[in-house]
Amino acid sequence: MCMEKSISELHELLKKGEVTSSELVSASLKKSHEIQAKYNAFVTICDDAEGGTVTDELVSGIPFGVKDNYSTKDVLSTGSSNTLNNYVPFFTATVVENLFKKGAIMVNKTVLDEFGMGGTGTTGHTGIVKNPWDPKRMCAGSSAGSACAVASGVYPYALGSDTGDSIRKPAAFCGIVGYKPTYGLLSRYGLFPFASSLDHAGVLTRSVLDAAIVADAMKGIDAKDMTSWDSKDINLTKSLTGTVKGKKLFYIKEIADVENYPHATQELKEHLANFKNVLKNFEKLGVKVEGVSIDQTLLNAIPSVYVILSCAEATSNMSNLTGIIFGPRGKSTKITEMMKEHRTLGFSPLIKRRFVIGSYILQKENQERYFKNAQRVRRLIVDKMKELFKTYDGLILPVSSGPAKFFDEGDDAIDENTNVLEEHLQIGNFGGFPSITIPDGFINDLPVGINITGNCYDDANVLNIAYALESTMNYKNQIAREVK
Amino acid sequence: MKKQIAVIGLEMHCELKSNSKVFSPAKNSYSEIPNSNIAPVDMAFPGTLPVVNKKCIADALKMSMALNCKQPEYMYFDRKNYYYPDLPKGYQITQMADPVGVDGKIEIEVNEKLVPIYIHDIHLEEDAASLDHYFDTSTIDYNRAGVPLLELVTEPCMHSAEEAVAFLEHMRDVYKYCDVSEADTKKGQIRCDVNISIMDEDATSFGTRVEVKNVNSFGGVYDAINYEIKRQTELKEQGRYNEVEQETRRWDEDSMQTIHMRSKVDAIDYKYFIEPNIPKFKITSEWKEELKKEIPRLHLERKYDYINNYNLSNYDATILVKDKATSDYFEECLKLGIDAKTASNWITTQILGYINKHELDIKDLFLTPKRLKDLTDSIKTGTISSKQAKDIFFKVIETKKEIKEFISTDNAQISDKDTLTSIIEEIINNNETQVNDYRNGKTNLFDYFVGQVMKSTKGKANPVLTKEILKEKLQGG
Repeated sequence: MCMEKSISELHELLKKGEVTSSELVSASLKKSHEIQAKYNAFVTICDDAEGGTVTDELVSGIPFGVKDNYSTKDVLSTGSSNTLNNYVPFFTATVVENLFKKGAIMVNKTVLDEFGMGGTGTTGHTGIVKNPWDPKRMCAGSSAGSACAVASGVYPYALGSDTGDSIRKPAAFCGIVGYKPTYGLLSRYGLFPFASSLDHAGVLTRSVLDAAIVADAMKGIDAKDMTSWDSKDINLTKSLTGTVKGKKLFYIKEIADVENYPHATQELKEHLANFKNVLKNFEKLGVKVEGVSIDQTLLNAIPSVYVILSCAEATSNMSNLTGIIFGPRGKSTKITEMMKEHRTLGFSPLIKRRFVIGSYILQKENQERYFKNAQRVRRLIVDKMKELFKTYDGLILPVSSGPAKFFDEGDDAIDENTNVLEEHLQIGNFGGFPSITIPDGFINDLPVGINITGNCYDDANVLNIAYALESTMNYKNQIAREVK
Repeated sequence: MKKQIAVIGLEMHCELKSNSKVFSPAKNSYSEIPNSNIAPVDMAFPGTLPVVNKKCIADALKMSMALNCKQPEYMYFDRKNYYYPDLPKGYQITQMADPVGVDGKIEIEVNEKLVPIYIHDIHLEEDAASLDHYFDTSTIDYNRAGVPLLELVTEPCMHSAEEAVAFLEHMRDVYKYCDVSEADTKKGQIRCDVNISIMDEDATSFGTRVEVKNVNSFGGVYDAINYEIKRQTELKEQGRYNEVEQETRRWDEDSMQTIHMRSKVDAIDYKYFIEPNIPKFKITSEWKEELKKEIPRLHLERKYDYINNYNLSNYDATILVKDKATSDYFEECLKLGIDAKTASNWITTQILGYINKHELDIKDLFLTPKRLKDLTDSIKTGTISSKQAKDIFFKVIETKKEIKEFISTDNAQISDKDTLTSIIEEIINNNETQVNDYRNGKTNLFDYFVGQVMKSTKGKANPVLTKEILKEKLQGG
């Protein structure tokens, strides 16, 4: 089946005339409906999508998916929230527009945790997204629908967004690649904000090469986003040489060493053992990997810093959701009641809880203790990483504590470090670092992932290392197959 | 009761001039058609981002320097979070922690005396949308949402309504001189909040401060201050000063009263935090130097220059500096060598009279300082009389022709010596009696002869030359 192929393979087929863009679009739409019925990955399937012209652009004529928190002109864009359940924007997000300009064809909008808040894929207003490897399990989130669709072979790539680990964790749970470039490489214009200083646009693919191709097609300085920067001298696709001899990576001992988990489950033990095994692949590549110890207190602070900063920014960012200009309007004739009704009915309880936390943190009397301190700790963590990036090309760590979790699995982490293991990808958001997750094995027939994070603007290097590592394993371009 | 002193601080919001809004590409201009000057970001559509208008930053920095404030090393913005229907994002982008200017000081003139005013800070922010309320509906016009605003906050350093209004007028002129705002209160471009308290003459700490919000005219500021001083003083006189609470009131134009809005306990916590979508950027000293050069000499400095160095009256100097273009015109005249008094007289009487009557801009006046120089030179050399000059003044403006065109034709003076000599000789011959009387000491008859010459030439005789020839001929004999 065509849609399980990579971008470059599809491009070649299109160029040779062995398949047409229309055929790809039809196949992708057909698959979308199948996947929707099984896993509920989409908010909207664009049945009126049509094939396009094939040019020298690798993405031309090829279908792709877009997370539903990107503004897409004339196509419902809900953020998977009832507050925007009828919102049809009149402008398209810059990164999506860049893909359109290169001839890429959007075939669906994917489900997310409401406005990207949440890591389960269960809080979207259209219901939970199931994992294509095992429908009893979650995809993780928030880019749940995108991860599910790419892993299922709906198309070679889908856009995601990543504020804490929203691209990189679902990628791991679905056995695919998730890449979040350096902050500002991709414009955020048109991406519904969650926490602006942590939000990144990014992509989910089935190979590192495809991730590089899509990022190259999306990137570019955007006059509408002041935090975007000029990257015309960067060509990620061409940087993938596979030559990584002499590179140095580090892992954080406190996170990756099994000794730090006295109550480790069998799954966790396997996951960490697999991680260490995979590191051995680097020897063949001529890459040196070292364990580095980081102050446990600093590591333990990561999840709290994330909660504080993201909730604070989210409270403010989502104050525009009042139902006055867009979204379903409250029925009351009094304006404050109208806003209250819109927000009370529109937001899920999880989001409301985060708003309460965010408001509390930003209150004048609490700012110093929570918000300012969280900002300081963020700085400490970022400085520590930057210091290490002077010596090392990147940080390599296992993603999560194992494969995808069951929907009804409680948060029963006994070891303090499990929490850090689950949340360390947030470091990439604190520093705006380029960060990529690739599949690195299976536990009980379910995929697990490994992550490489590098210094800002060093995307080419990070991707090339991931590309080299990917070539030592057999998980490239894999399609989800349901476990029995 | 001891004598009371009023203590007043002002917050002055002034809309800046710019092509586009401060964080949005929409046009920054007043429009009668609601919601015609808007971009997606002005209505906070999801995913839109602010982009700073560099010109607004430049103008804010200029004002900061004009007020002798300190400028921060880095420019960045804060979010002020609150819900209100006129605030689509649910927050206003403003500056709280590190505004574009702090700790400034200027001098203003109140009743011909210089008074220092201390500036707490000046910061750049965006305006909100405007609301119109009808019987059972309200409408929102987003044209104003995102219009650049400079908010200036003074220290509580003023003591009367006169002083406060003098400060506002002074600032309005500074904004206009620096060409950063039209500063027109009629267009709602200046809006004020006023803080007022009273205290015993010899007290060392301030009384309870009352804030009066949204006063939109200078007259309103004057009345609101006096109303509050009276209200607070009366309560104090009655021994009820504890009833003056720290509160926010609003000025009601119709009833000429301040009305309670909210108490301090209900004060909104704006939950300020740094705006993450606008990266911090360094304000280089080179840029500041460049901007400093664009700040013109301000009106008060010019005024004292005209009085002290050009001997103009306070009255004339005040008129000349009221508008920068007029003052520039005057200074151009000085540069061309026109006598200050002469230039001042021409400007304050003829020119301003003419442009006001015809609603013209002095910059567009055909009678440029260069042409005014030609005109005044012609009077000086006696080529034309002052009376003729006034006629020529209008003709030049209306026909857009050069001065000389009017001097050489019908209206031209008789300045030819031979022609005048023969006319004068004829008059002397026809007035033998008077000539004899003059020669015998009745020198005041000189004017009689001048009059005769003017009569016979219909006023066109060059007066200087006429007097010269007359003197010679009368003495001769």
